[in-house]
Amino acid sequence: MFRQLAARFGGPLAMAILGLLGIWLIVMVTLPQLQMIDYSLRPNLLPAQRGGPEDGWTLTNYTTLFANDIHRAIFFKTLWSSVLVTLLTLGVSYPLAWYLAKVATPRQAALCILLLIIPFWINEILRTYSWFIILAFRGPLNEVLMMLGLIDRPIRFLSGDAGVMVGMVYAYILFMVFPVYNAIESLDDNQVRAARDLGAGTVRTHRRIVIPHAKPGIATGCIMTFMLAAGSYAVPALLGSPGSRWFTQIIYNWFFEGGNWNQGAAYAFLLLVLCIGFMSLVMKVFKVGLGDFAK
Amino acid sequence: MALGLRIYVVVFFAYLFLPLLVMAAATFNDSRFPTVTPWNGTTLKWFGELAADSRMWQALTNSAIVAIGVLCLAVPIGIATALFLNTVQSRAKPFLYALILSPLLTPGVIIGISTLIFWRQLGVGGGIFLTVLGQATFIAAYVMLMVTARLQRFDRTMERAALDLGASQWQMFRRILLPYLKPAILSAAVIAFLQSFENYNTSLFVVGYDTTLTVYIASKVRTGLTPAVNALGLILILVTVLLAVAYEVKRRREAVRVVSV
Repeated sequence: MFRQLAARFGGPLAMAILGLLGIWLIVMVTLPQLQMIDYSLRPNLLPAQRGGPEDGWTLTNYTTLFANDIHRAIFFKTLWSSVLVTLLTLGVSYPLAWYLAKVATPRQAALCILLLIIPFWINEILRTYSWFIILAFRGPLNEVLMMLGLIDRPIRFLSGDAGVMVGMVYAYILFMVFPVYNAIESLDDNQVRAARDLGAGTVRTHRRIVIPHAKPGIATGCIMTFMLAAGSYAVPALLGSPGSRWFTQIIYNWFFEGGNWNQGAAYAFLLLVLCIGFMSLVMKVFKVGLGDFAK
Repeated sequence: MALGLRIYVVVFFAYLFLPLLVMAAATFNDSRFPTVTPWNGTTLKWFGELAADSRMWQALTNSAIVAIGVLCLAVPIGIATALFLNTVQSRAKPFLYALILSPLLTPGVIIGISTLIFWRQLGVGGGIFLTVLGQATFIAAYVMLMVTARLQRFDRTMERAALDLGASQWQMFRRILLPYLKPAILSAAVIAFLQSFENYNTSLFVVGYDTTLTVYIASKVRTGLTPAVNALGLILILVTVLLAVAYEVKRRREAVRVVSV
């Protein structure tokens, strides 16, 4: 590898390139992850006990999750809710992506994309906070619903998982819109026209022509959204209540309240395994490779 | 059908912007708790309150320092990685490519946690330094993607021409390749800065006592919430909108220039 780089850029520059890449991949990416796994396999000991007879690899930190009913329930709730958030986000984003890619005029599409980019650049905390205001007990949503006579008294939106999921769909929607839009855009218009001419209806055209073509984009969007939802701390912390905790909050508590980093590392690794598992599943179902991501 | 879709698009954008407008409007409501219902009268006092908040200014300073640090670390790494991927042919490449993309597919909290654990072994605790390292870990991958996108369109005959005309490899890099990559590097730098500035999930675990702005906002929302938070949000939104529009205008001008050449 050095020889190829040196042939193109010369020795010093090749060394700088490999040096930077090495620092990143080894010191910043790989070693911390390995250290986290190592930590998760060791018991939580006092500094004096480290390296002593009790210090060895064990799976205790992993069995904790399955022994603790509450944590296990929260783990699976996080999994299912994140899947649901991903599906909802896909459902909401798909029509818009279709509109941008194939229905809108170039001018309209450019304007819409600019409008989409703006909230994309505003941070997750503020986007979530805006829903905190809307969903508040005496907030505007309850006021409007009461004014319309749809409800008699205010609803506590902020005490269940529904508020968290609404906030997540809102916070991560653009990670779905853009990949799906990019994928649909590359579809040849003639294919859609041909399908129509041959008598396919709207549903059939999408099911047989557009969706199969957009598969890599849909897969990328789903993987990103799931990862962001399962790994979200801000949204459940702001929009949830103690009764609707997310797995990331349990992890955080192990670190900063329970003071048991080993246990926290094990839970963090389980979250990572969950995300890798979902990603592998989606890539298999949609038959896409890692190369399709960078688009 | 087409009408239905158009209505959907309008509803979608309302859904996208109404929450932000509600948040912005609540800044001006003379109410101790941030809301728009009931409207207690219009006031600007929350901006004054925000300006007097010394912890907010400290958090803003920390965020700026972190973002500059991330820029200095993630941009060179991203460029180096893009050059590496563009040059090297090897059987290890698919594996390396997966490793390079992995920070983008790892939840931010896990990047924060692994950084925290790794550096504690070396005696370094949470703070600005770890925040820079943690954030740069995944932001470098974004920079790599943006630089790679432009690098793939680079005409390598230019490179050969420069060498044939007697340029050294360094001169070729400095005078040909780097100027070609400049627009992508600048865009990547803007994105890297913003990504760092608005990061929460990774920072949460590694900030230590050096609270950054997003961590500060989140703690404010949970304890001691007043419309001063909205005032801060409104200012950040306005700055972001200005940046987004400026960035977009610049990008389009460049696109036009490319077409007219």
